[in-house]
Parts: sequence; C-alpha cells; structure tokens
Amino acid sequence: MAESRKAAIEVSGLNLWYGDFQALEDVNLSIKHGQVTALIGPSGCGKSTLLRAINRINERLGYVRTTGSIEVHGQDVLAEEVELTQLRKEVGMVFQRPNPLPLSVRDNVLYAYRLHRGGRSSRREEDEVVEGALTQVLLWDQIRERLDHPAIDLSLEEQQKLCIARLLPVKPSVLLMDEPCSALDPEATEAVEDLIWQLRGEYSILIVTHNMAQARRASDESVFMLMGKVVEHALTGQMFVTPKNKETADYIEGRYG
Amino acid sequence: MSEFNRGRRTVPGADTLGSSWWWDRIAQGVVFLGGISAIVFIVAIFIFVAQQGLGFAIFELDKGVFLTSPEWRPTTEPEPVFGGLALIVGTASVTGLAMLVAVPFSLGAAIFIGEFATGRAREYLKVLVELLAAIPSVVWGFIGLTVVNPLIIDLFNVPVGLTILNAGVILGLMAAPIMTTIAEDALKAVPDSYREAAEALGATRWQVIRQVVLPSAKNGLVAAILLGVGRGFGETMAVLMASGHSVNLPTSPFDSVRALTATIAAELGETARGSEHYKALFSIGILLFLVTFTINLLADVAVRGRRKRR
Repeated sequence: MAESRKAAIEVSGLNLWYGDFQALEDVNLSIKHGQVTALIGPSGCGKSTLLRAINRINERLGYVRTTGSIEVHGQDVLAEEVELTQLRKEVGMVFQRPNPLPLSVRDNVLYAYRLHRGGRSSRREEDEVVEGALTQVLLWDQIRERLDHPAIDLSLEEQQKLCIARLLPVKPSVLLMDEPCSALDPEATEAVEDLIWQLRGEYSILIVTHNMAQARRASDESVFMLMGKVVEHALTGQMFVTPKNKETADYIEGRYG
Repeated sequence: MSEFNRGRRTVPGADTLGSSWWWDRIAQGVVFLGGISAIVFIVAIFIFVAQQGLGFAIFELDKGVFLTSPEWRPTTEPEPVFGGLALIVGTASVTGLAMLVAVPFSLGAAIFIGEFATGRAREYLKVLVELLAAIPSVVWGFIGLTVVNPLIIDLFNVPVGLTILNAGVILGLMAAPIMTTIAEDALKAVPDSYREAAEALGATRWQVIRQVVLPSAKNGLVAAILLGVGRGFGETMAVLMASGHSVNLPTSPFDSVRALTATIAAELGETARGSEHYKALFSIGILLFLVTFTINLLADVAVRGRRKRR
C-alpha cells in the first residue's frame, strides 16, 4: 500500500499559546500511517497540548491561539472551513480518565455512530455495530449481557476499552490517546496496551504517556518533547538504546521528569 | 493514638485538655445550636399553626364545603360559609401561569449562563440574576399594579388588568431568578468530562446540551421547577396586589381571582382571635403548609435521586 508510506499527521511550524503562555514552539512532526507513536516528556512539556491541538478539543478553553499547520491525511485541520464534527469523526480521542457518557453501554458505543449518521438506524444494524466495536476491543464476550447497564457501572478497564470502542463505528483513521492507562491498575494497563497494539495498522495511533516502559513496549516510534519543543523523534528501539540528545537520554534514564 | 501523646491526658476529639479544647467544645456547641435551630423553628411553627387551626380544621370545618364550594363568606351572620375552592383555583391558576412564564425563562437563562456565557459576562449575569431574586415582593406587586395593569388593559382591550394574567406574569418573573440559580447549579454539577467526551466524538454544542447535559441534570432541573412552584403557592403580597383579589371561579386568564395566601394576609388582621373566621384562616394556612411541604419534599427527593445516581 502506497498509502501507508504517507504521513497520517503532518505538523509544521506549530505554535500554540494559552493566553500569553506559549505552550508549543515551532513543532514539526510527521506521524506515520498505521503505526503507534508515543509522545513522551516531562509534565508540562506540551505533549498533551499537542495531542489536543490535533482534534482541536483544546479550543473548548476559549483562550487558545494557534499558528502553523496540522494536516491529517493532507487536509489542514486548522483551516477556517474545517467542520469540527467531521474532524472529530476522522480523529478519535481517548482521555486520561475513562469518560463514558451517562448512558447505557450500548448507547455509548452508538453515540458517535448515531451522531454522524444523523439518527438511529434499524435495531439489527445497530446490534451489529455494537457487537463489531466491542469485539474489536476484546470486550464483547465479557459484557454482552450487560449492554443495557449504565456504562459507569463497568470497571475502569472496561470503561476505557468502551471509550475506545465507541470511536470505532465511525471509522476514524487517527486515534489520539492521552495517557489512556494512567487511571488503570497494572493488569488493566497491560490489557489496554495489548488492545492498542492490536489496533495499529488499521489506525494511526498517537499516544501520550508518562510511562517509559509503556512507550518502550507499545510503540513503533517515539517523540521526546521538552518545554514545548520536539527534541527528538526516532524509532522507539533506537531512541531507548541510543538517544541522540543528552536531554533525551537523561529523561529516559529517569534523571528528571 | 500515636506515641506523640503518650503520657499526657487525652480526651476523644482533641489531643490535650487545654484552652483550645474548651474553645473547640464551645464552637461545636454554637454550630450545633445553629444547625438544629432550623428544625426547632419549623417544628415550633407547625405546632403553632396546628394549635390555632388544626382542631377546627379537623372537627368543625366542613371539608366538603371547604374543598368544593366557591363561596368564601366568612363574615355572613349567622351562617358564615367557608368555601375555599375559588381560593384554591385562584392560587393554582396563578401559579400555573407563572410556571408557563418562568420555566422557559429560567431554564433558558440557566443554560445560557451555565453553558454558553464565559468569563465576565457570566459573572455579571449571575450577580444580576441574584439581584433580581432579592427584589422585595411588594415591589413586584407595585409593578403589577402600575405597569402591567394598564398594559393588559391597553393590549387586550379589557376593563380590568388585575387578573390571573397579571399575577401570573409577575409571579413568573419573581420565581424565575431563584429557579435559574438552582437550575444553573444542576447544570454545573454535570461533570465537564461528559461534555468533553461528547464534543470529542463530534457533537455540536447544542447536541452536547440536549443529549448529555440536560439528561444528566434532569433531577436538579425538576427540583428547580418544583421549588418555583412552591414559591408560587406561598407568594402573598405580589399576588394580592396583582390578582384583583376578588373571590371568583375564573373562566379565563382575564378574570380576577383571589389567592389562598392573599386571603390570610388581607383578613387575619380584622378577625377576632379565636373566632371561627380566625380559625378558618389558619386552616388555609395548614393547607398551604401541607402543599409547600409536599412540593419541597418532592424537590428534595428529586435532588437526592440525582446524587444517588453518581
């Protein structure tokens, strides 16, 4: 596939300010299609900000200003005429804390599907969508009996998987994950990591993580950020063995952050 | 207890028996008194009202007449008639119309303040709404008499403007601010993560509000409306001034009515203490008490329902 050679996300000359504070400074980054790319760096380095700029969810704050460009599959998402609804269909997001909507499991999975379809479809069709999505996140057998329960009653691991599952029916190409395992215990973390690894290929995944071990075992490439800038971007195997920059090496070895 | 206070004299709730311990106890006592005072007062009021009117309401008052007769002739000799139907219908119709005015206004205002307004606009609006809630009811009555009254006469070409319509609009505007405040609290209690989640899935602002925020805040919103209804039932002065205060079974919003509360306010001062009329007015008070008590209880249950679900 020629497509897989092309970049899924192309960030160029990106600057971002929260009010007067500049959180991102001249970020240039090319994220490959179908791979898992880990964003690492100390707290406040701008990795979450970068992630939240890509689906423009950070604009909720109201005092964010951006210059430069972010292209998702060749389309500039910062352009005036971009419809946020479309952008967020293309680019799904998983948050730090599982945040299922206060609806049933089933309605959670179908929320975005119905939204982008403009209404409900037949019961059979929706059943298939639910089963498909939950199967893909390895949750179907586990919760097929509980589809009508409130999603908040699930365990955190199940909730987080559900939050991934609800993105899939609208067929996004990019999944943004903001420390998706930080609220989970080690076992659940492993399960969710496995899931992320399985989803790679079909989806381009950009994952913010504080956990070096996680970045190391569950990503193809890693991007190290510091003070709003990209310091190093390399194959994960390479970066963790022979980092080019001293800061990267220090951070990876746990000297700060 | 750790090794820290080994060997010292200790009491539960404090480390040592010093002056700060005594201040602690005193402060505790004062706060406790403040806390139970609400209960003491409500029980005292209930006992007082019951003592004045309950015996009469149970044994002497003809409940059939009270609930079904529109004749309120408390001073007719030798056989006064205590028919409360016109008053009940008067209160209910004014409150009903008030809610038609207040519910859309207050929910709209709450949604705007809670979900759309930002920064300074939001702060100003909140202060203004609270200010609006603090306007004395007699001032609202004044507005009903001098502003709404001629307006209704001109607009609808009717002889009298002191009607259900007038009192309903005034009462609606009166109840809206407090309902707005409570409804906004309910919206604020909806975790922002819900909104963020829905927006990240591609929902528009309005879709987020309609599909996620309002359903989650439902119980709180119901409570806001119920408290508004309670307010409507209990409001006296503004209704007295704007409703026309004539005992009448209304057939349209352009009829004058008299409210339960207004009847007590207007007549109690002129009755002999302990007379039948006096006790009948207290019976009305008991009815009002029961109605507002029930409404507040329902509102409370609604709010509790909201908390429990979390």
